[in-house]
Amino acid sequence: MDNRYNRHIILKEIGQSGQDKLLNAKVLMVGAGGLGCPILQYLASAGVGTIGVMDDDVVELSNLQRQILFGKSSLGKNKAEAAKRRLLDLNDSITIHAYPEKLTYQNAIELFNQYDIIVDGTDNFETRYLINDTCIITNKPLVFGAIYKFQGQVSVFNYKNGPSYRCAFPNKPKGDAVPNCSEIGVLGVLPGIIGTIQANEVLKIILSIGDVLSGKLYCYDALSNKATLLSLKRSEDTIRSILLIKDDFEKNDLETSCQFNVNEISIVDVLGNKNVQIIDIREHHEQPKVSKTHVLEIPLSELDRHIDKLDKTKQIAIFCNSGIRSKTAVSKLMRHNILNCFSIREGASQINNYLNDSIKPVINE
Amino acid sequence: MQITIKYFGLLTEITNCEEETINFNGSVIAELLDQLFIKYTGLKMKDFQVAQNTELVGIDAKVTGDDIVLLPPFSGG
Repeated sequence: MDNRYNRHIILKEIGQSGQDKLLNAKVLMVGAGGLGCPILQYLASAGVGTIGVMDDDVVELSNLQRQILFGKSSLGKNKAEAAKRRLLDLNDSITIHAYPEKLTYQNAIELFNQYDIIVDGTDNFETRYLINDTCIITNKPLVFGAIYKFQGQVSVFNYKNGPSYRCAFPNKPKGDAVPNCSEIGVLGVLPGIIGTIQANEVLKIILSIGDVLSGKLYCYDALSNKATLLSLKRSEDTIRSILLIKDDFEKNDLETSCQFNVNEISIVDVLGNKNVQIIDIREHHEQPKVSKTHVLEIPLSELDRHIDKLDKTKQIAIFCNSGIRSKTAVSKLMRHNILNCFSIREGASQINNYLNDSIKPVINE
Repeated sequence: MQITIKYFGLLTEITNCEEETINFNGSVIAELLDQLFIKYTGLKMKDFQVAQNTELVGIDAKVTGDDIVLLPPFSGG
């Protein structure tokens, strides 16, 4: 064997046996952009034996500010193909598979099954949730990284029964709620820092050394150099809800990908309807009380224990102060298979305004 | 009680600060958020999770007085 990997092999934590583990490992990199480039560079240099690179995008001049595998000769070329060419120049003793296509519900499971570890370097929530859910279904560890301007997040999800991305962020943000790098800009070195931390986690998983960043979300701020390590727990309900859709997974498409749609309703539609049970999901001490109508008080933290108090023959309409708790409560009830439930758009004080203005003196009693 | 709140990512563009200490008299995280939604219009429209004492918690968790972090998801790559 040549001495390409000598600096690994002389580390007692790695040695020849560790280097052999790297050679036998199969890692899939989804996204060959700002995060993907440094990750791929270090995995290929380290001698990870089989690397898949997936990206359907082409290299543009504005990518070269941070996507370090590419140069002028790559402009206009597919990123997966261009990355493969550069990586084979770096290390031609490994196997690189380029997938110049988009990850979809139709191709994800079969592709992930061919790899040991999946790395997320994508730039949109649709694909991130698809990657996470596919990792749950195929039982693959997911090395996650994401950036925003000067800040980054890294975690290892779905590792040895650890939490998944959905355990941290259960619901996919609405459409363009969080802009991406092409819209708002990013400090070029930031994906280098975050991607390199991801590459480090991949190597630690393969080598079984150190503490893998599972159950923790590492948050980094490049401007202040502050790092915050947040801990998160696995939500069995969340994991189960993804495993339940396994058989229908390939029928999904990215635009309508699986998430609970919380039904919203206005108090105007609830007033006067005798077939509705109204729930105040706030804490008992919270003001203002809504008293002119019959309201059942169940604080959110007690909802799971008081499911039997709900009248399942009626529609259930839930309110709080801002609409946040009521939506959470509806999601909870839907998981209990109570589907005829709604979040009331208005908060308690607005509801009181409606009740005071209402001509009907007593509603729903 | 006095509570220190840290804002990450795009939330600082709404709060115009990365950290502040506020006075809070309720009992659960959701009440704290209601208070912040009144102070910062636009915050309610954002997706974020809440960490208390460096642990991600649900909005029905009791407020302990430990530091709070409001953490949005990032999509960039």
